[in-house]
Amino acid sequence: MSKTHVTTTINGTRTEFLCEANETLLTVLRDRLHLTGAKEGCGSGDCGACSVTLNGRLVASCLVLGVEAEGAEITTVEGMAEGGELHPLQQKFLDLAALQCGVCTPGILVAAKALLEKNPDPSEQEVRYWLAGNLCRCTGYDKIIKAVLAAAADLRGAA
Amino acid sequence: MESGNMRYLAPKTVTEAAQLLADSDGIARVLAGGTDLLVQMKAETIAPDLLVDIKHIPGMREITAEAGGWRIGAAVPGAHISEHAGLKADWPGVVEAAALIGSTQVQGRASIVGNLCNASPAADSVPALVAADARVQITGPKGTRDCAVIEIPVGPGKTTLQRGEIVTAVLLPARTGIGADACLRFIPRTEMDIAVCSAAVNVTLDESGRCSAARVALGAVAPVVLLVEEAADILVGSRLDRATLERLQSVCSKAARPIDDKRGTAEFRREVVGVMARRAARLAAERATAKAGEKA
Ligand SMILES: Cc1cc2nc3c(=O)[nH]c(=O)nc-3n(C[C@H](O)[C@H](O)[C@H](O)COP(=O)(O)OP(=O)(O)OC[C@H]3O[C@@H](n4cnc5c(N)ncnc54)[C@H](O)[C@@H]3O)c2cc1C
Ligand code: FES
Ligand code: FES
Repeated sequence: MSKTHVTTTINGTRTEFLCEANETLLTVLRDRLHLTGAKEGCGSGDCGACSVTLNGRLVASCLVLGVEAEGAEITTVEGMAEGGELHPLQQKFLDLAALQCGVCTPGILVAAKALLEKNPDPSEQEVRYWLAGNLCRCTGYDKIIKAVLAAAADLRGAA
Repeated sequence: MESGNMRYLAPKTVTEAAQLLADSDGIARVLAGGTDLLVQMKAETIAPDLLVDIKHIPGMREITAEAGGWRIGAAVPGAHISEHAGLKADWPGVVEAAALIGSTQVQGRASIVGNLCNASPAADSVPALVAADARVQITGPKGTRDCAVIEIPVGPGKTTLQRGEIVTAVLLPARTGIGADACLRFIPRTEMDIAVCSAAVNVTLDESGRCSAARVALGAVAPVVLLVEEAADILVGSRLDRATLERLQSVCSKAARPIDDKRGTAEFRREVVGVMARRAARLAAERATAKAGEKA
């Protein structure tokens, strides 16, 4: 089967790739474009480790086809730090030890960033519900929630 | 994923999409948000030869006011529905039902039409659509038609859609008088689970606050969504008082035809679906009364 040529924008950069029609966006990102931030935890939409944004919406990239990226705007965890400076969410995750093994972290960072863009001042409950589709088997979640709330406060202060 | 020879096409018109589906030799499927389809492809329960992505067809990703009601394009994701203030004001139950589907990530893609066409007995948005008396517009190789939402599913994984037919939109009717709807689901967790049972209630009140019209639908307690007319009859003419809602509960429990499975026994489902219906009716009534207050 011949591959499809796809032109897309990833983290602001125009990107082209060839892929099979049945390849997921997650596979394309990781295996073709070597953007290995997004992780495959389950491959079935349940864990959120593969979270990216597609045209501004948070999605599980394991449930998106690579060919669907044609003409789209995608952001991944690789696009969060700017010029070597960590995004406040990334910094707070380090400062507050909001990760252990780190497999869930890229997905949670992307998801949390999407939340704060929509709602700069979420309650703890709103953060917990928003991140209900991001599973973490290490931290017990509390430190993650605290880090997101602290980053939100920082971002509001800076604004 | 299997199906290494699968083709993917993203036509720009619905006529072309319907023709592609009708003309295809093998297994052809519409792709909306893919949150059912891709999971099924990975599990190899389905190996399509052709996917027709409908998201590039104009109107499929739009919510527009139409005939006093609302038209929700077939590929509008749940997240977009939740953000729509006008829709929420008229059909809060439909919006909350759509929001029940999966996580934030799933909401970024999942459509209510996909939820309907996947035809799971536990599909979360369907009871609210049935209670709302929503219709769907359909385009097929022979032209267009529309039908009530309740006419689409016929059993687990089975619909009345014919080869090549695509649902293009959900149509929510205009609200006449003062009315509101509500939808509740029972799951053992607070998020991310499949319904044990669910209930949606839509009520209209007259000037004196009496219920003048109602629709009650139950989910996950039969192979398809149930519209319980006997339950609606109990509500009509009442003030949705406690005694009436208790009768509603018992009628809904009796109407349910659930099965035993790992998520709950039939007996438990029958009991709980009645409670969900009573609470949903109360919530719908409260919402309608609040609207009446705003208008006064
Ligand atoms: C992690 C996870 C959690 C989930 N949680 C829930 C939940 O809580 N409640 C729930 O009800 N569901 C849940 N689902 C299932 C799924 O997300 C929903 O059923 C969703 O609404 C499907 O919509 P979609 O747009 O993604 O459909 P798709 O996967 O694109 O399509 C589903 C089916 O419908 C057909 N179809 C789609 N659009 C059309 C159309 N316009 N015309 C004709 N046929 C069409 C497709 O060919 C396919 O057979 C979950 C799924 C995942 C992965
Ligand atoms: S890998 Fe995509 S949600 Fe788990
Ligand atoms: S830190 Fe290990 S899964 Fe979250």
